[in-house]
Amino acid sequence: MNFNWMKYKIVYAIMSAVFVGVGVLSLAMWGLPLGLEFTGGAEIDYKVSLDKRSDVMSSLEEIAENAIVQSSANDHIIVKLPEVAQEERGQLLEKVVSVDSSAKEVQFQQVGPSIGPELIKKTFFAIAIVAGSIFLWVAVQFRRIPFGVAAIFAMVHDTMVLIGVFSLLGHFYNAQVDFLFVTAVLTTLSFSVHDTIVVFDRIRELSKKHGGSLEELANRAVSETMRRSIINSMTIIVVLLSLVVWGGESIRWFATALLVGAISGTYSSPFIAVPLYITLEKLFRRSE
Amino acid sequence: MQVPSRKRLFIILVLSFLAFFIILPRELSLNIDTPISIHQTLVKPGIHISFGNVEIHRDLDIKLGLDLRGGSHLAFEAQTEDLSEPERETALTSLIEVISQRVNLYGVSEPSITLATFEGVDRVIVDLPGVSDTKEAIDLIGKTAQLVFAEVDTENESLIPTDLTGADIKQAQVGFDNVSAEPIVSIEFTDEGAAKFEAVTERNVGKNVAIVLDDQVISAPIVNEKIIGGKAQISGLGGEDALDQAQLLAVQINAGALPVSINLVQESVIGPTLGETSIQQSVRAGVIGLIAVMIIMVVFYRKLGLVASLALLLFGLYTLAIYKLVPVVLTLPGIAGFLLSVGMAVDSNILIFERFREERAKGASITFSLETAFGRAWDSIRDANIATLTAAFILANPFGWAFLHTSGPVRGFAITLAIGVGISLFTGVYVSRNLLRYFIRDKEENI
Repeated sequence: MNFNWMKYKIVYAIMSAVFVGVGVLSLAMWGLPLGLEFTGGAEIDYKVSLDKRSDVMSSLEEIAENAIVQSSANDHIIVKLPEVAQEERGQLLEKVVSVDSSAKEVQFQQVGPSIGPELIKKTFFAIAIVAGSIFLWVAVQFRRIPFGVAAIFAMVHDTMVLIGVFSLLGHFYNAQVDFLFVTAVLTTLSFSVHDTIVVFDRIRELSKKHGGSLEELANRAVSETMRRSIINSMTIIVVLLSLVVWGGESIRWFATALLVGAISGTYSSPFIAVPLYITLEKLFRRSE
Repeated sequence: MQVPSRKRLFIILVLSFLAFFIILPRELSLNIDTPISIHQTLVKPGIHISFGNVEIHRDLDIKLGLDLRGGSHLAFEAQTEDLSEPERETALTSLIEVISQRVNLYGVSEPSITLATFEGVDRVIVDLPGVSDTKEAIDLIGKTAQLVFAEVDTENESLIPTDLTGADIKQAQVGFDNVSAEPIVSIEFTDEGAAKFEAVTERNVGKNVAIVLDDQVISAPIVNEKIIGGKAQISGLGGEDALDQAQLLAVQINAGALPVSINLVQESVIGPTLGETSIQQSVRAGVIGLIAVMIIMVVFYRKLGLVASLALLLFGLYTLAIYKLVPVVLTLPGIAGFLLSVGMAVDSNILIFERFREERAKGASITFSLETAFGRAWDSIRDANIATLTAAFILANPFGWAFLHTSGPVRGFAITLAIGVGISLFTGVYVSRNLLRYFIRDKEENI
């Protein structure tokens, strides 16, 4: 079973270019749906009884003029406001309870304008450090720079896919980019490199044992690791899917982000990292 | 050929029993009616160890984060721009102390008060589990510290505030008495403060003068004589913890001397019901996910898959035990980190089993193939997991570097992920290897 995977390099490149391209386009048109932590403002989550929901919503719209009132998870109402004083928060709850006596405020969040920029800076630091140390680890472990560069490129690819997908999900399904999304991005980095290392490891082992042209090595390595890749990502996807479906509102988009990262991370190892490694390795050998 | 080592199986068995004991609930009610009646509540003891100065106490309960148990998370920004560097440090130490005391007054169990500094902005993060009405808490915490010296009216048992306040103090410091070597607190006043202090002491020779911080008397030393020159000492703190007392007093006085005003910049309140629902939902999702993973493993790898599933159950057992031992504060993203590490744990097994298939395809015997597979797969398992651990380590930010995320969810996720990856190396390789040696023998040629 030695399929010539590398023959279709161009196809993989085009596929990825389309994925990333659509994401970038969506980012340019609609941007990222930044959540409260980044934008600042206030958000209140009320749990109400189903039959009173629309009454509560309209009464909230009446008294809070600058508020955005949304329904979520069928018996929850989310109210977004630019800023809320504690008194106003109390008044809103009173109003809600006067319409639906069983209603409860289940979550209240208020974020000042100084938090967002700090979060963005810290996220960039974290991504840079994670990417940098993974690059070093791969380059040192495999003693070739092309391995490191290809692994990093696959990581960047997966991150772009994830951000692009969330731009789309934000536009069409009200997904939000929050603190947890940042965590998902960073985990995607490690997902991505996890799979890449498994394939690279096989290339290294085969080249020691059998030698042969780069393409042959790469084809064999991809073939031999394909089953493992598929079964492994199946297990991760199953766990994440059950979180998306049954894990509840507060974790749904986080699990979705991890899911997108896991799928892209599995795809990018054989189809982005390996072809890129071959190309770079050839360039590298020529210049040596 | 390797024979299953009884010693190793024994180690695994002992570890599993220990882990099982740790994850048992603290109180277990026994109600057996027939044939003999037993009505007893078994109470599991906590762990109490002391090695010299190190004392370890664990009550072996799962600690839940704010998002799961409900509560409020408040971030205040401290106005420290106008202070010099040493003043800033003193002021912040005092601020944290004062806030801690106010929170303690408020009667919240297990509050957390931490300082986070990023690019010159100082923030005080206050987590109050179980508090969902934050108005009172915010007013109480957000108040700027007020220090005043008061004369004591012994007849009416009341305090009469003087015009000497925190603003008149330069700084308070801990020192030691030249003669008795006892810890003391020395206070230095401003020029204006020195004059006021001289007047106060003159009126109160032989009487107590109370130092009042936020309406609470923190010290009431007796004035021995009129003090000129603006330098005073509080001595006679006595007792074994005199040094601690002196330090606390100095910190409290400094809170009044270098008052820092704080503004609320972030507030997040999670009601208790939301947390409960979140736990139920994520546990349900986790159980479904785990069962699905086991099914996949058995479908693809049959008997090997069964052993891998057993190893996975042990993984869950050990992980929960570690959460209770460390203890790990479990948050919603933390649960996600745990479930993710389940995926990583089976990956080790998948890598090994795939190698096993390759070896079998070459015609090697089952036991030989297994041993070779473990050896061959180890490099990939190690390299791939180190990469994940690196990422988790940076996210967990164990050294509290200010330029990385220092709070809640990200760290909670990273810590459970790191623990999961660590334990998965143990169960995915050591435990499954020894279980397989035990369960899989050469005579079963149908694998």
